[in-house]
Amino acid sequence: MAATITYPGARRPDRSYGVDANGLSIATYEWGDPDAPPLFLVHGGFDFAGTFDVFAPLLAAAGHRVVAWDQRGHGDSEHAALYSWDADLRDAVAVMSSVTTQAAPVVGHSKGGNLAMQLAEAMPHRVSHLVNLDGLPSRRVAPDVPNHDRTRMLAAELQGWLDHRRVTAGALRKPGTIEELAARRGRMNPRLSPEWLRYLVTVGAREDADGWRWKIDPSMRFGGFGPWRPEWSLQRMPGLSMPFLGVLGLELEDMGWGTKPDDVVPYLPDGARFVPLEGVGHFVHIEQPERMRDLVLEFLADHPVHRR
Amino acid sequence: MTTTLQHNAVRLALHELRGGTGRPLLLLHGLGEATPAEVPPWAQGWPGPVCGLDFTGHGASTVPEGGGYSCEVLMADADAALAHLGPSTVVGRGLGGYVALLIAGARPSLVEGAVIGDGPGLAGGGTGLHSAVILELRSDVPVPPDPWAMAELSRDLRPPDYASSFARQATQLSSRPEPIAVCARWRPPWLEAVVAEPGVVTAPTLERAVALYVR
Repeated sequence: MAATITYPGARRPDRSYGVDANGLSIATYEWGDPDAPPLFLVHGGFDFAGTFDVFAPLLAAAGHRVVAWDQRGHGDSEHAALYSWDADLRDAVAVMSSVTTQAAPVVGHSKGGNLAMQLAEAMPHRVSHLVNLDGLPSRRVAPDVPNHDRTRMLAAELQGWLDHRRVTAGALRKPGTIEELAARRGRMNPRLSPEWLRYLVTVGAREDADGWRWKIDPSMRFGGFGPWRPEWSLQRMPGLSMPFLGVLGLELEDMGWGTKPDDVVPYLPDGARFVPLEGVGHFVHIEQPERMRDLVLEFLADHPVHRR
Repeated sequence: MTTTLQHNAVRLALHELRGGTGRPLLLLHGLGEATPAEVPPWAQGWPGPVCGLDFTGHGASTVPEGGGYSCEVLMADADAALAHLGPSTVVGRGLGGYVALLIAGARPSLVEGAVIGDGPGLAGGGTGLHSAVILELRSDVPVPPDPWAMAELSRDLRPPDYASSFARQATQLSSRPEPIAVCARWRPPWLEAVVAEPGVVTAPTLERAVALYVR
């Protein structure tokens, strides 16, 4: 069934196609004039490019070729055998290279903002401006618990993860009506309207004989563990050389990173613009799309690119 | 005899090198290696069955598209073998030794002794933050060992305190008093930290280390 649910201002992409990223098909979307200067949008974890269906058309209307993609395992991109931070970055470069090898603005939300920061460090020649929407890292403080208790906490997490890996082969997400899927997502995204969440179901889920299912790979799971430390992302920030805009939604919610201004301000690159927003949650571009458009356009206009 | 185990989208090859009864010895190869064709000399004295797992992208296991390797996913490869074999003693070379440590900490009731030996991929990519780089390989032919595995698993970060947290879990949650034995003669920082944990023992050779877990 086609998306019969509409949402004010939401517009599906003007063009969509697959990009081959080292053998994996990455679903890629564009809004706006194909000859306009490109601008890349990077979605967050457990999201998909369709979450930009309001924000992207606003930027396109201002004269950009807006390009977004579903990360591997998300949305309409291929489900992969393996997932990792580095693989996401590699897929991003494959999509970007298919559009342009010139430096272009990159706007990332949440995990996408963090990915964009690492991409900007690794490939400064490909990122002209960097915008991070509520994906600024912080140094998370571990609760002061004895080593022995910490061991048991980690052990439970590891066993839960391994138990999940044992049953993912052939697993399917739980089916439901559009209402049910919207309600489930609403529990994780309590600040988003039911109308928007219902619209998202028609984009990010597919309709099977027994109901709607989110398209995301069922092997993906919240939480995780590994050797990476959040402060390492912070330590990377000061060295970024391109104009930088960081936006923080100050209303704390489950999906957010819990970052406070004091956590990040000492690490901002020289000349960075930092905009903390009172009364706005994690999904800044969904809660206030016009305000985010204005912020981004003003930031780009203030930092024109001078080509030699 | 080779059994195929399904781990998410990957088909893993678990080779039985020698049958028998009792607790199995599970061999985990090093980076770029595969399970040997025969029981290695140092495992000849093991009284029970001897098996070897080919990690994702190695040997007779699936070579997936587009990489994305982590040692944590290889740990889940090892867990798929343990789900099939039941409680086992695990011996790893190099990268397989690091994975043996991880699974010993994560499944203390299924790993009856983990041995960490010399081999390719023992060091990993250092202990902390290094300069960001995005690898681009041209790999058209998906043959093992997967070039993405070689590239990604030789640069994964192994902070000493991360490794020692797995060692601590093994020593605190295992029913064995000394669940981890190290016989690698060269010790990168993560392995030095593991050796320093109470309950981790050392042995001069793989043969002697394996013998610690015969009972």
